Amino acid sequence: MDPHANVEVTVNGVRHRRAVEPRLLLSDFLRHELGLTGTHVGCEHGVCGACTVLLDGDAVRSCLMFAVQADGHDVTTVEGLSDGSGETLHPLQAAFREAHGLQCGFCTPGVLMTLVPFLREHPDPDERQIREALSGNLCRCTGYQNIVAAVRLACGAPSSPRA
Amino acid sequence: MRRSEDARLLTGRALFVDDVRLDGMLHVAFLRSQHAHARLTSVDASAARGRPGVVAVYTAADLGDYWRPGPLLVPPPPIAGLVFNPCTQVPLAKDKVRHVGEAVAMVVAESRYLAEDALDDIVVEAEPLPAVVDLEAALAPGTPRVHEHLPSNLAAHAVQRKGDYARAKARAHAIIKRRFRYDRGASAAIENRAVAAHWDQRAEELTVWDTTQAPIPIRNGLAQLLGLLESQVRVVAPYVGGGFGPKIMMFYPEEVLVPWAAMRLGRPVKWTEDRQENFFATTQERGQIHDAELAVAKDGTVLGVKDVFLHDTGAYDPYGLTVPINSQCTLLGPYDIPSYESEFTAVFTNKTIVTPVRGAGRQHGVFVIERLLDFAARELGIDRAEIRRRNLLRPDQFPFNNDILFQDSAPLTYDSGDYEPALDAALKAIDYGRFVREEQPRLRAAGRHVGIGVVCYVEGTGIGPYEGARVTVEPSGRVRLATGVGTQGQGHFTVFAQIVAEVLGVDAGEVHVVTGDTREFHWGTGTFASRGAVVAGSACHAAAVAVRAKVLDLASRELEAAAADLVLDGGRVHVRGDPGGGLALGALALKANPLRGAVRPGTEPGLEATAYFGPDRGSTANGVHAMVVEVDPETAQVEIKRYVVVHDCGRVINPMIVEGQIHGGVAHGIGNAFYEQLVYDEEGQLLNASFMDYLLPTATDVPNVETTHRETPSPLNPVGAKGVGEAGAIPTGALFAQAVEDALADTGVEIREIPLSPNRLFELMQEAR
Ligand code: FES
Ligand code: FES
Repeated sequence: MDPHANVEVTVNGVRHRRAVEPRLLLSDFLRHELGLTGTHVGCEHGVCGACTVLLDGDAVRSCLMFAVQADGHDVTTVEGLSDGSGETLHPLQAAFREAHGLQCGFCTPGVLMTLVPFLREHPDPDERQIREALSGNLCRCTGYQNIVAAVRLACGAPSSPRA
Repeated sequence: MRRSEDARLLTGRALFVDDVRLDGMLHVAFLRSQHAHARLTSVDASAARGRPGVVAVYTAADLGDYWRPGPLLVPPPPIAGLVFNPCTQVPLAKDKVRHVGEAVAMVVAESRYLAEDALDDIVVEAEPLPAVVDLEAALAPGTPRVHEHLPSNLAAHAVQRKGDYARAKARAHAIIKRRFRYDRGASAAIENRAVAAHWDQRAEELTVWDTTQAPIPIRNGLAQLLGLLESQVRVVAPYVGGGFGPKIMMFYPEEVLVPWAAMRLGRPVKWTEDRQENFFATTQERGQIHDAELAVAKDGTVLGVKDVFLHDTGAYDPYGLTVPINSQCTLLGPYDIPSYESEFTAVFTNKTIVTPVRGAGRQHGVFVIERLLDFAARELGIDRAEIRRRNLLRPDQFPFNNDILFQDSAPLTYDSGDYEPALDAALKAIDYGRFVREEQPRLRAAGRHVGIGVVCYVEGTGIGPYEGARVTVEPSGRVRLATGVGTQGQGHFTVFAQIVAEVLGVDAGEVHVVTGDTREFHWGTGTFASRGAVVAGSACHAAAVAVRAKVLDLASRELEAAAADLVLDGGRVHVRGDPGGGLALGALALKANPLRGAVRPGTEPGLEATAYFGPDRGSTANGVHAMVVEVDPETAQVEIKRYVVVHDCGRVINPMIVEGQIHGGVAHGIGNAFYEQLVYDEEGQLLNASFMDYLLPTATDVPNVETTHRETPSPLNPVGAKGVGEAGAIPTGALFAQAVEDALADTGVEIREIPLSPNRLFELMQEAR
């Protein structure tokens, strides 16, 4: 019996068809099968949030899913947020750059992908809401302060919460 | 000033080591010890070798001559009477395993999944030995020895002294004496370690991508180990997802084995650590136990300090004495302490190796002195801020020689500083007087447990030996800057570009920076001890100044004007008063590298220069942190109401980046103080090796930090900078203890340990009843 299963998944608007081992994690599929290495892996046990992508528009942890579970679904990774040229940034990306919302940048793709659906539902969040939305994403570099500032900036608020 | 690296990072186009993909690449998994301490009797990999998809399996026996212990990374400073037993880590355990997670065998397979499958096929026979876990018990007679060729588990013993403590003690009004425990945790960079290697048979060249903070020493060391010319090895530390100290080791076993396997097998090989491995195999910082006393006069003047401490160095000690020496040196802080006697004993245990983690032992020293001052203040009836003020060094005392040898083997000398205004600024920012006089009594009367803390520290930063940089003006007018230090998020690209841009009169966006690639620049040491901006920044400055001289020389001939009359601005050189005229830098670069004609004798072609900077000694940053907390005495939950940082890291090149470093450091410090603890059981098993059980502070745990910059430029480098990378994390534990204790003043609880947790704090309150 062929241990491989077929997956057909649309990633950033492009349809991909692959035969993969059923145990292949979605994060590994995106990174190593499709070469979309913008999605990062920090723990592979669902805590750090670095691997967050959108599945049919909702934030999910790609390390907690098998690639085969994405069959027939629509996935967006950080590479799909902007046009890919690096010239034009998504407004949230631009705000992160402006407010120094990233240092090493390793957690950043997951943070962005968590925030996109959050901001869709909360276009004008207060600081508490932002911090709660971020509480499933670990960042070791920034102390979160400038991530919060970046989100506020993206929402049109002045970038500095206090201080 | 935006960071030039951000667009790539934000769009997912930045290259991290695990992103490296090459044709025919093989993948590695390591079999790691389940025991903390055991004799290995056999490792049988034959079944694993036969598994489909497995290309090779290596044990210590397969390494032959290549098996050898790692180098001693930091030789100990020349302290009289020093005892030091170097025992460095090995690539794969041979006769004995000395901590859980020590690598025993390496599987190379067509995929990581297959490599991990094969780990189950390896049969290890081991005789478990009693594990050495407890620091104090480790030295008791009859305890099993981690390294059997040594008479005991003593790794090092050192005494440093200044002044006459015995006399100070005899003269003192009071002696404040306590025992302190300070434990630290995992560095927990969100990116785990990774190494990828490719041996190009035709070019006879080895390329290694490594999540290291020190690509150049890794290159040089690998060349030596593998019998290659240094120029045949290229080490690239591309984007690195956070370093914090442990990403600089010489060598991690994986760094030695992956390139070796790639050469042997003639195929690219990659290994990426998973989070669980990171908890066992990436170095950590851990506990010290201090028995300390403070001799103090009636008015709060400190006459002397005596401190005797134990330091856990883990199973091996490749970093020499760096961490305990930092603790020893940093204890004296910003205070004028005339006598000091400090003795430490470093101890081998069956736990993961201890090396510097952000702050690197400085926390421990700061905790001891700051807590002693708090207890002295209480006993003498002096305000906590006031007792600090009375002991601060005065501006006219700089440069101030502390007499105690630092990690760079020179006495820690404070280059410059102005400490009292920093204290005042922090007290003002947190509104200390009003809080203590009005707000706290009012809230206490209402039954609320609020407390305030204020803590001072100094940090020796920016030590040598040196860094270098090369600056080139290209014919396009763009400037290329190459330097040896890598970057792990500190914004070096941007800071270095700013330094060069300022000297050459170009826009910082025109300066293209390459760091962390030994092909581009191969002299230097690495990113540690908060030295990037200071040492490499100064080298960038020197190289830019040299290029500027070449530009002026050539332009003065081309424009027939004296160099003194020339102005570099907007990417052009023009004669003063004629901003419309002159020449573009790019045009000059072309003229400096002619295709025909001759280059003038005594000059070099091109507008390029390489320069180095090596400070005589480190520069000393300082700061004051203050915070207000509220504690719920029922749940022992601590809420940080305000957090204020006043810091002085000399000249600030980019305030946004400096503040970011502080925010991150404070968050790391808060994690250390209240959330993070590596819990080992008596068998040496780490009980919480996942992010589920080892808690990193999240966005709801970390407060906004209110930062004030003060600038006392360092006289030791042309930029005037001092390091900042670790500062945020250093005083946090001491501050946390002070503020929480103040909040719980009615319970009489005394906090003499870090980390706390709600559970531990609750226990301490119970004990105090
Ligand atoms: S890698 Fe998926 S949550 Fe950490
Ligand atoms: S920016 Fe480094 S982990 Fe968040």
